[in-house]
Amino acid sequence: MRYLMLVCVEEGVELTPEQAAEMGPATDAWVREMDGRGVRVRGDRLRPASDATTVRLRDQELLVVDGPFAETKEQIAGFDLLECSDLDEAIEVASRHPVARIGALEIRPLFDQ
Amino acid sequence: MTRDAAAASAAAVAEAFRAEWGAVLATVIRVTGDWDLAEECAQDAYARALERWPVDGVPDRPGAWLTTVARNRALDVLRRSGTEARKLREVATGASDESRAGPMPVDEPEERAGDDRLRLIFTCCHPALSLEARVALTLRTLAGLTTAEIARAFLVSEATMAKRLVRAKHKIQHAGIPYRVPPPELLAERTGGVLAVLYLLFNEGYAAARGDDLLRADLCGEAVRLAEALAAVLPEEVEVAGLVALLHLHHARRDGRVDERGDLVTLDAQDRKRWDRSEIDRALAVLDRALLAGGAGPYVLQAQVAACHARAADASDTDWPAIVRLYGQLAALQPSPVVELNRAVAIAMAEGAGAGLAAVDGLPQGALAGYHLLHATRADLLRRLGCRSEAAASYARALELVTSEPERRFLERRLEEVADPTR
Repeated sequence: MRYLMLVCVEEGVELTPEQAAEMGPATDAWVREMDGRGVRVRGDRLRPASDATTVRLRDQELLVVDGPFAETKEQIAGFDLLECSDLDEAIEVASRHPVARIGALEIRPLFDQ
Repeated sequence: MTRDAAAASAAAVAEAFRAEWGAVLATVIRVTGDWDLAEECAQDAYARALERWPVDGVPDRPGAWLTTVARNRALDVLRRSGTEARKLREVATGASDESRAGPMPVDEPEERAGDDRLRLIFTCCHPALSLEARVALTLRTLAGLTTAEIARAFLVSEATMAKRLVRAKHKIQHAGIPYRVPPPELLAERTGGVLAVLYLLFNEGYAAARGDDLLRADLCGEAVRLAEALAAVLPEEVEVAGLVALLHLHHARRDGRVDERGDLVTLDAQDRKRWDRSEIDRALAVLDRALLAGGAGPYVLQAQVAACHARAADASDTDWPAIVRLYGQLAALQPSPVVELNRAVAIAMAEGAGAGLAAVDGLPQGALAGYHLLHATRADLLRRLGCRSEAAASYARALELVTSEPERRFLERRLEEVADPTR
């Protein structure tokens, strides 16, 4: 099964210096491990929500707005496309992502399996 | 066919429904991987039984007969719609090793049914489903309650409940929730989740009491049956045994908890001769075995508290210091203001109402401010200390918060008592 894992964090979340220093290497280690296991198809970090642009078409009128479509506290900071045998494996993979400790990971199954 | 034979086979179908519905459904879900189809075909199998058993006689193994009929019907439907190969392939990629073998041989070994029931309950209680969905799905698939019955039990419309069930079944299929007993590293955690669902189910029924709604009260019976079924397949899990003992000890009191008018009777005022002694004895035996096996988890501790009550001849004969100690252990394991409140009540019984009131007033009030039992407990202790007007104020606050009808009537009676200077 393929899942899109959305890596969500509160923008401007306060981290301790240790957490901040650890986040990068821990994420790299996670990527290496999951690539090695063959469960991570691809993924990337995203530029902050302030660099987002939201596009809508209403009554043939194009509406372009600065910022993300949902003004929530937690924003999507990155994504990974996972290939797992089932949801339990996807949950296990997500639980080991360093952001699980400071933010949240949303696991969405792809529509066309 | 005689009328007696017809009645006997109808009774056999009803009994097979109660005893086997979950197992039949569980096996067909495993074979087809399609929850809706499995449900339809299980229903068809019971309809066929109603036609055939009066003519052919009740089969030796009704569960195996029903499972075979339901499974063959499901495979038939899949074959005719040309989806069999695809469906079975889906099952093979998504589920446990056993299902990779493809369709089952026609004669289903009896022990498989137990395995399938276990797969079904763990899947229904998967943490990726909402708690409401877990409870509803467990009642629909394992206990065989209709959507209308579950809707009534949870006081929502049938349409709302139907939507909840459909959404849950879709999530299981679309999100890839595996149909299996969790592997060893997840088993303890997931078993805890199943126990929480069964405990909630029981409490829903227990809070309703008798006379309020019989169907809600029957949730207790369903929870007990499901807990026993779980214990039968997980005999090593001490917390499962703890829950079985706990539910039986509470369930055994059901006739003493309400009077003829359906009003609630508090534990200290219950006629203990109306408690089901044989159920208590069985529960105590289960609890003793769990304790011998080293059980010390939350359900075992709560069962020990219930056992203190079950062993006592009356409220004053109860080993209250032991209950204070057990609630202390429980609070250390699972910090909760509700547990602390129960501990305060036990302190009142062990050391007097004054000590109890001090313990209640020492609780963090924030978390419990909206909990009617905090105010009802304070009121009761104040009443026993002779502080009538303060007691009345606390009863009034409890009445503002209470939702269960028998509990409301109980609090109203107490409020009248403390407000009446002649009593």
